[in-house]
Amino acid sequence: MPDSTTSPRISRRTLLKAGIAGGAALLLARWLYTSTTASQSTPPPSGALDGHARAIVGAIAPVMLAGALPAGDPVLLQELVAGVEQAIAGLPLAVRKEVGQLFALLSFSPTRVLIAGVWSPWHEAAPASIGAFLDRWRDSRLALLRSAYGALHQLVFAAWYGNPHAWPAIGYAGPPSLEVG
Amino acid sequence: MTAALLRQTPLPDPFRTGIAGGWKVIDASALKADLTLETDIAIVGTGAGGGTAAEILSAAGLSVVMIEEGPLATSSDFHMLEREAYPQLYQESAARKTRDKAINILQGRCVGGGTTVNWTSSFRTPSTTLAHWSREFGIAGFTETDLAPWFERVERRLNITQWQVAPNENNDALRRGAQALGIPVATIRRNVKGCWNIGYCGVGCPTNAKQSMLVTAIPEALSNGATLLTRTRAWTLDHSGGHVTALNCVGLDAHGTDPGPRRIVVRAKTFIAAGGAIGTPALLLRSAAPDPAAIVGRRTFLHPTVVSAALMPHSVDGYAGAPQTVYSDHFLDSLPVDGPIGYKLEAPPLHPVLVATTLCGDGAAHARWMRELPRMQVLIALMRDGFHAQSEGGTVSLQGDRTPSLDYPLNDYFWDGARRALATMAEIQFAAGATTVMPVHVSGESYANWSQARSAIAALPLKPLATPVVSAHVMGGCPLGSDPMRAAADLDGRYHHLDNLYVFDGSLFPTSIGANPQLSIYGIVARLASALAQRLVPTRMALHD
Repeated sequence: MPDSTTSPRISRRTLLKAGIAGGAALLLARWLYTSTTASQSTPPPSGALDGHARAIVGAIAPVMLAGALPAGDPVLLQELVAGVEQAIAGLPLAVRKEVGQLFALLSFSPTRVLIAGVWSPWHEAAPASIGAFLDRWRDSRLALLRSAYGALHQLVFAAWYGNPHAWPAIGYAGPPSLEVG
Repeated sequence: MTAALLRQTPLPDPFRTGIAGGWKVIDASALKADLTLETDIAIVGTGAGGGTAAEILSAAGLSVVMIEEGPLATSSDFHMLEREAYPQLYQESAARKTRDKAINILQGRCVGGGTTVNWTSSFRTPSTTLAHWSREFGIAGFTETDLAPWFERVERRLNITQWQVAPNENNDALRRGAQALGIPVATIRRNVKGCWNIGYCGVGCPTNAKQSMLVTAIPEALSNGATLLTRTRAWTLDHSGGHVTALNCVGLDAHGTDPGPRRIVVRAKTFIAAGGAIGTPALLLRSAAPDPAAIVGRRTFLHPTVVSAALMPHSVDGYAGAPQTVYSDHFLDSLPVDGPIGYKLEAPPLHPVLVATTLCGDGAAHARWMRELPRMQVLIALMRDGFHAQSEGGTVSLQGDRTPSLDYPLNDYFWDGARRALATMAEIQFAAGATTVMPVHVSGESYANWSQARSAIAALPLKPLATPVVSAHVMGGCPLGSDPMRAAADLDGRYHHLDNLYVFDGSLFPTSIGANPQLSIYGIVARLASALAQRLVPTRMALHD
């Protein structure tokens, strides 16, 4: 039966610290991102995630999908990352840029540590530390961090549950057959 | 993906047959050169407004060019798969957001617009809404009686009739729970003909049963000789001296998201903006259309909607069967229209991506809820926004790249309604037999009985991006009215400051509708477009009588 006992309890003090540090780091990351990308005259091709972004999705998705995505199946994980890329490709340029900023912020070590609170590089990060990062953003007092969590949530869950491999576990048989005769 | 899922259905596809028979359909992403077209009427958008106008004006003998930003996808392309349909048929892959990302907007972007992907719910404009327009906005000639013949006409055209089949369990739970509590419910009318009751309206009807613009008005307009441009983004209107001379369009790339190399110019005698309540204001803003009272793009309404999930002891299979067949207006009708915000109760279709992205949280708790999908029952409450001083809606403005952004702040007036609605839905769900109810909120708490839920919902910290808010109805931003200082378009739908530009879509509404808006758009546009045809070709119309 579903319950919510997994909901973390974060003290007000931790939240305040994360809030202040987070706000400052976010400004820093935005500035860094803007100054390093302003010179690019053409935007990245639609949907293409770079290796860093793919590693981030590959690390975050198994934690978000714990209990749903079969653990240790590299093919399914690959399909999931491809699904996220596909989902991003369907977004307009302005939104793709925002998603790009989010991944830039998560892949840049200082901001990864300061804002996400993840100390190790993504491919080495422990699931517990990624889970704690997701909880912090989800429950953040900063609307910006909650919206960033929302973006990851929507991308990852759409990519997984759009995949027919996800359906047997949730009792969904897929669309009915329309074959006549 | 398995071959079985991708198979072509053996069902007829009249649109493809029409194209093979010579309909003029141009995909701008495939153009080898820029294009200039001359026509009597240029219509931006092919949804409920643009489609209806195209049929009526082409039938009057006028030459018509329809301009659609999205792709042409027809029944053969509809495989009932969310992962195909959302990127193909919806604005921003069904993930369009308000500026602060707090509201997710489901809005069509394809030939047929929202009508290709909506859930077929058909309501005439409520009389309380029309009375409010008359009283507060001085809109004359839009009473229930004035509009009745137009609603009758489009109801015949689109086969809008009472749904005779038993509701699916997701809808029946709404009926059962509400009735147990003495809350009146009614059956939704649907625009379907020979519906198979499979439940995939939201990803494109694979059997052509849904009487959307894609299978009715647009084929008729094309048969009348109209031209349809797809993957063509209407960008700016050229105008001088209060008169529009040309529409400048951008051909999109093959992927359909970014501008491609082709430019299309449409010169017309009359221009119709029907790109929806985000697209139409954006076109006017980009064109620097005269707007002395700064009305365009303001007062944009969404019926912002909150969600309540429940588990039933038996199977619900909310992904199967007509998605919306039961509703209750009790919490609209029992409140003064200009009092605390009221809400309409409905049930949504429960397909995996829609459910998974709407439920909060992640990890084991989210997975446990998803595993209960077959027993899941969900209700939604659509807020009637725009009728109160504290419900001014949102504002469409242009971003740096001149595409639109909608800022829609959620204030305490809204959250008060959201809290009442979450409580109402939980009570109905328990009355219908639910064993667990979860008001969809980031806390993810669920409750085992109504008294527990009632006290918890009273204390729930509701706020943006912690309580998911969704919308499938975008309205307003170019309101109708005779006073140019208060309205963007006159009572004929003509833009007050450009004499050959008409607004024929949901952006005309001075408030939200308080009901799923497709029939309001069909009926009102049918009247405005018929009057326009009468003025443009009086002799021809007379000959038809």
